[in-house]
Amino acid sequence: MLKVSDLHAFYGKSHILQGVNFNVAEGEIVSLLGRNGVGRSTTVKTIMGEVEPHGSIQFKGNEIAGKKSFEIAHLGLGYVPENRDIFPTLTVRQNLTLGMKTNTPQGRWNIDEMFSMFPNLAERADVQGGALSGGEQQMLCMCRTLMGDPDMIMIDEPTEGLAPKIVEQLANLLQEIANRGVSILLVEQKLSIALKISNRLYVMGHGKIVYEGTPESLLQADDVKAEWLEV
Amino acid sequence: MLEVFIFATLNGLVTGFLLFMLASGLTLIFSMMGVLNFAHASFYMLGAYFAYSLSLYFGFWTGLIFAPLIVGTLGALVERYGLRKVHASGHVAELVFTFGLAFLIEESIQFFWGRDTKNYQTPDLLDFPLFTLFGQEFSAYRGFMMAISIGIFIALYYVLTKSRVGIIIQAAITHPQTVSNLGHNVPLIFMGVFGVGTALAGLAGVIAGPVLTTFPGMATVLGSIVFVIVIIGGLGSLAGAFIASLLIGLLQSYAIASDVGMPDLLSLLGISFDRGHPLNDLWTMNLPQIAPVLPYLLLVLVLIFRPTGLLGKREE
Repeated sequence: MLKVSDLHAFYGKSHILQGVNFNVAEGEIVSLLGRNGVGRSTTVKTIMGEVEPHGSIQFKGNEIAGKKSFEIAHLGLGYVPENRDIFPTLTVRQNLTLGMKTNTPQGRWNIDEMFSMFPNLAERADVQGGALSGGEQQMLCMCRTLMGDPDMIMIDEPTEGLAPKIVEQLANLLQEIANRGVSILLVEQKLSIALKISNRLYVMGHGKIVYEGTPESLLQADDVKAEWLEV
Repeated sequence: MLEVFIFATLNGLVTGFLLFMLASGLTLIFSMMGVLNFAHASFYMLGAYFAYSLSLYFGFWTGLIFAPLIVGTLGALVERYGLRKVHASGHVAELVFTFGLAFLIEESIQFFWGRDTKNYQTPDLLDFPLFTLFGQEFSAYRGFMMAISIGIFIALYYVLTKSRVGIIIQAAITHPQTVSNLGHNVPLIFMGVFGVGTALAGLAGVIAGPVLTTFPGMATVLGSIVFVIVIIGGLGSLAGAFIASLLIGLLQSYAIASDVGMPDLLSLLGISFDRGHPLNDLWTMNLPQIAPVLPYLLLVLVLIFRPTGLLGKREE
């Protein structure tokens, strides 16, 4: 589904990504772990075209490095940014409408289904997005991206600042998304959710992938956890 | 007195709605690109001239339809091949670009149409009084101007707040990257809004041309007032532009219609001056004389007491 090869990215003169290699297969949940500042968010921003890429990014067999964000989205790659970026003056329903790439919902998801999955959002359908709680905003942001019927979504730090109960709800949603054949690249700092739902994991350090394995193998790799993950 | 008030109100509303047609495009373009388009009123002038030329061969109504379309297409091309390229060099470059474009359009108009005032006439179909009140006539053409302007206002309101396109535009103004990540072509949206904004300016020129006269200085006359409106309303605020347009339209209209002046004020205070006084011109000044200055006076007051404008937001 997604294959990233020798990906480099720069912020000004700072060399942030220094040859990142990884892949995500169809229907797979893959987590990208690492401490703050190692380049995880830059990786997904570069894949999405927000940061200029140097290297190869293949999505469903198409080279997408250098394409514009909206073109990448149209190919079926969705992105849920770290800061959530819901539109605060638009209502919940309008936020969801914006996720659709055409006037009518197509594919796996529709608004009614989103509302049945998240009754909180249904109750606040006509409330402005800015008035929602952090957890509700995160759910809205995920649902909005799903409304575009992506074949794969990249989610940056979805559990940041959320209560444990909401994190649990989020993990269930991610599982449901994967069950419908959507691949997931989960960018996380917290090990718990990544270990629970991922098929495979990558650990990043100093702008590179420093470990690749399964949740089971990472649990036993104490040296990797100590060097690259523990704070 | 009542008839003066009614007609001043009607004329003020006609002017106010006309100003809003110009100000809405200008403030929308500012919201999206963060740049004040100095050439905006030039598109208004182009609308009047294109409509004048079309009306000579095909009649007023053809000009009414096609002139705004031509101006809108020109505006979209200016954004695509001009502003978008200059954008990378920052806002100063954009300002200089639009400033230069205003000169280019004015000079081109003088080159192709000449410096004289054009005999752009109201259509025969609307050349009758719509109604007569207290012995005064209100022309059908002014009623038509008001109907077109209100129609445009309602359509703009509906499109921007109720339609999917409007929702995408609203979101693209504040979160362009997020909107792009959702699969919407933001540069195309910006080009479209620039095109529609300039087309509205062109339409304002088409309907104002026969009443406010079509001459190469018409952009200068209205251009500065439109800038005053978007600043008074709050830069980037469409609702603010609407309120400010009506406020200035009505203010100027009431001032022109009023019969009040400094002598009245001074006599109330029991002060009088000789005709030979060096400042006689000042003491005898009346409100209709200072009507053209009132928008600028209001601008100064707004800048002193509410620098963000009536509905503008302070930048975080």
